[in-house]
Amino acid sequence: MSDTWLAVFIVGAGAMAFKASGPVVIGRRELPTSALKLVSALAPALLAAFVVTGTFSSGRDVVLDARALGLAAAAICVMLRAPLLAGVIAAAAVTAFARAI
Amino acid sequence: MIFRPGDDPKPVGPGYAAGVRASIPLCIAVAAFGVSFGVLARKNGFGAVAPIVMSMTTFTGASQFATVSILGDGGSLGAAVVAALLLASRYVPIGLSVAPSLKGSRPERFVASQLVIDESWAVANRGDGTVDRATLVGAGIALYVSWLVGTVIGVFGGDVLGDPQDFGLDAAFPALFFVLLVSQLKSRQAIAAAVGGAVIAISLVPVSKAGVPIVAASFACLFGWWRK
Repeated sequence: MSDTWLAVFIVGAGAMAFKASGPVVIGRRELPTSALKLVSALAPALLAAFVVTGTFSSGRDVVLDARALGLAAAAICVMLRAPLLAGVIAAAAVTAFARAI
Repeated sequence: MIFRPGDDPKPVGPGYAAGVRASIPLCIAVAAFGVSFGVLARKNGFGAVAPIVMSMTTFTGASQFATVSILGDGGSLGAAVVAALLLASRYVPIGLSVAPSLKGSRPERFVASQLVIDESWAVANRGDGTVDRATLVGAGIALYVSWLVGTVIGVFGGDVLGDPQDFGLDAAFPALFFVLLVSQLKSRQAIAAAVGGAVIAISLVPVSKAGVPIVAASFACLFGWWRK
């Protein structure tokens, strides 16, 4: 088997197992309140991590580039209480414009 | 669009159709990145079938890009697999947060869990530690189809479509996560977790392998936990 197919197989099986682990193992059991509080804080922690790494990192470098302007545009949309779609489109448009000039 | 940040009580109305609608702008971005994945994989000697099979089974862009980039740059199988699995390991905590909201038999929950990616999970998140299952599945299916169609287009000659970065599509994802994050910052605990997650992630970027900063950031959910 070539490295290509071995990689496709191992990474695929691993990703599927990671995704399934919580839902299949824990199942529908109700989590205790303390655990639910912990899990509810996972979302803001992970979302914030996605925001900063998706905006300010390039490989192992911390960078400030056109994406920061895109994020600022999204922030302005949030302040104006614009819809989600507007924030996403504004971020992409401003980033593309900043790269073009 | 169906929700404005700050609206109570739920960011997105429930239902499969609501999930599909909420994910449409992301489907465009995800499809474009599927195209660039297909192009890169083809260029790096993955052939036509392997990248499509990978998009069908792995269905998480970061891990797939890591695999084809590392192998394409002459890296070892071990290096490619470790990097890709580190990137995918964030689905363990994400899966834990989704688990109580999924209904049905074990096989049904397994299928639903495979539709969990960053974007579908974020769109379906209610902000109280639960997700709306129908929104998750609706968005997940729409994003899955977009990713797969994008990959197929990329593999069979997506060179003509240009670089998604030229259209700023890479900035669409952090913008989405930011808007959803703001709608969740309703308690001290949430704010502490967000600040902690951001600080942990960005500090680890220069010193760790790709994927580590995100997984480490999940520990920020402990911040403010002991406070009422």
